[in-house]
Amino acid sequence: MTIMLQIKDLCHSYRNEQNETLPALDHVSLDVAAGQFLAVIGRNGSGKSTLAKHLNALLVPDAGSCLVNGMDTRNTALLWDVRQTVGMVFQNPDNQIVASLVEEDVAFGPENLGLPPAEIQRRVTDSLEMVGMTEYRLHAPHLLSGGQKQRVAIAGVLAMKPRCLVLDESTAMLDPVGRSEVLAAVCKLHRQQGITVVLITHFMEEAVEADRVVVMDAGRIIMDGDPATVFSQVECIRSLGLDVPVAADIAARLRQKGIDIPADIIRDEELAVALCR
Amino acid sequence: MSIELQNISYTYMPGTPYCRDALLDVSLKIERGEFIGIIGHTGSGKSTLVQHLNGLLRPTAGTVSLDGANMHERKQALKSVRQKVGMVFQYPEHQLFEETVFDDVAFGPRNLGLSDEDVQQRVESALECVGLSVADVAKRSPFRLSGGQMRRVAIAGVIALRPEYLVLDEPSAGLDPCGRDEIYAQILQLYRTSGMAVVLVTHNMEDVARMAKRLLVMDHCRIRFDGPPVDLFHDETIQLRDFGVSLPHVTSLLKTLRAHSLDIDDTLQDEEVVVEAIRSALKRKRDSSC
Repeated sequence: MTIMLQIKDLCHSYRNEQNETLPALDHVSLDVAAGQFLAVIGRNGSGKSTLAKHLNALLVPDAGSCLVNGMDTRNTALLWDVRQTVGMVFQNPDNQIVASLVEEDVAFGPENLGLPPAEIQRRVTDSLEMVGMTEYRLHAPHLLSGGQKQRVAIAGVLAMKPRCLVLDESTAMLDPVGRSEVLAAVCKLHRQQGITVVLITHFMEEAVEADRVVVMDAGRIIMDGDPATVFSQVECIRSLGLDVPVAADIAARLRQKGIDIPADIIRDEELAVALCR
Repeated sequence: MSIELQNISYTYMPGTPYCRDALLDVSLKIERGEFIGIIGHTGSGKSTLVQHLNGLLRPTAGTVSLDGANMHERKQALKSVRQKVGMVFQYPEHQLFEETVFDDVAFGPRNLGLSDEDVQQRVESALECVGLSVADVAKRSPFRLSGGQMRRVAIAGVIALRPEYLVLDEPSAGLDPCGRDEIYAQILQLYRTSGMAVVLVTHNMEDVARMAKRLLVMDHCRIRFDGPPVDLFHDETIQLRDFGVSLPHVTSLLKTLRAHSLDIDDTLQDEEVVVEAIRSALKRKRDSSC
């Protein structure tokens, strides 16, 4: 099994107005296998976004190390290789869209790689196809809905052929349908292309779709496991100021009342099956 | 005492190639004391609609009036509109600008020409309202607070104007679940104690199902639904997906349980009540199968 992201004892601090150090990441260690779909949850200020910025060398470690596909992010000679390996999608699609036509926007990255025009064309076509935006190829991005814009932004990243996709609260601005569109596009890429996905989110129903969930608090990783294992610890997740999926919440309350249902329920369907068997 | 929109339409950049309709013939009356949720897909016209409520946008057609007076008839009218209708924009923390939290919240009240004591009192009660301790934050730079705290400072700045109508555009976007719950608990508390109207634009179905007494669904420049949340989420003929909205999680769980032929009321909301309902439904099922 290849390791895509290898983070070891990573520390990162910011400085405040009194020039005091504020630790944002405190000896974080995390290995993410190639092809894994990892969700990262945690409160505001727990270090999620700082961690994400280390994954494509927007930040480099104060101490410890961050290897992307074996490349040390501190090695400036490898910066472009690191950035091509890890594509990043942020919260607000309006901040990431640069061109006045969808296809031009998606072509922006590959053009900067200096690829031949035929290859650029091919990548644009493929990327739009993957996020289901082919029919909008000649539309103006600023007139699209939020969910559509975010999918264009993802297509722009995909056109760079990254092996790893990092989404930092990329659905926070979207309506429920837009959110499910983006999530479906990400799941499909993961399944069909084997892309490694790191999804940072406040929506627990998105985290449920991942292979693995990491919970961060005060700059550390404090829980790490598959979604069923993590979300069945309802009290612990709550005490961290986070939510659990409704099905997990109801299941835990039913168990407390002495109803015999399995501990690893996190989806509506699973609860329905357990109750109605 | 109400804000009334009569047959308003709004077009962005009229007469240019980018001309686009955002509202078409919308009529709406908001009374003091109402709690209204507005949902709909991105780009459906929600933010355009609420920017008419305090006269920020002037409708291309139709009239907007506050307590019976047309907002755009006299320049003077707008000044009182802005005092009575408080607006919290998306990502309001981007509008913080003063050196200290106190000065930032005090900016509005000072502009009303209030005395120093009154300003002091308003700032303190506004900060308290949003759950911030005056002693802890008043002298700090707003830019050094956490995201959730910055947002609360920004909301306090609007509350300090003591508006009769409070309009909030996605106040919880980007906040963690705990920060979101805190902000809404404070908004509800304020709503219950002040008697003002709250208009909440959100993509979070749980929030509107729990708090709003009246729900508006915007779609393609128009209001497509206006009524209690329960009527929207339980009307089988409405295709929520077409409006870019979804069922609240609890409702969706209850409907799944019903689909598996568990006899349960799918209009419940409170988790404890749901748990009790499931228990009695299971009991009924057991009894009937014996």
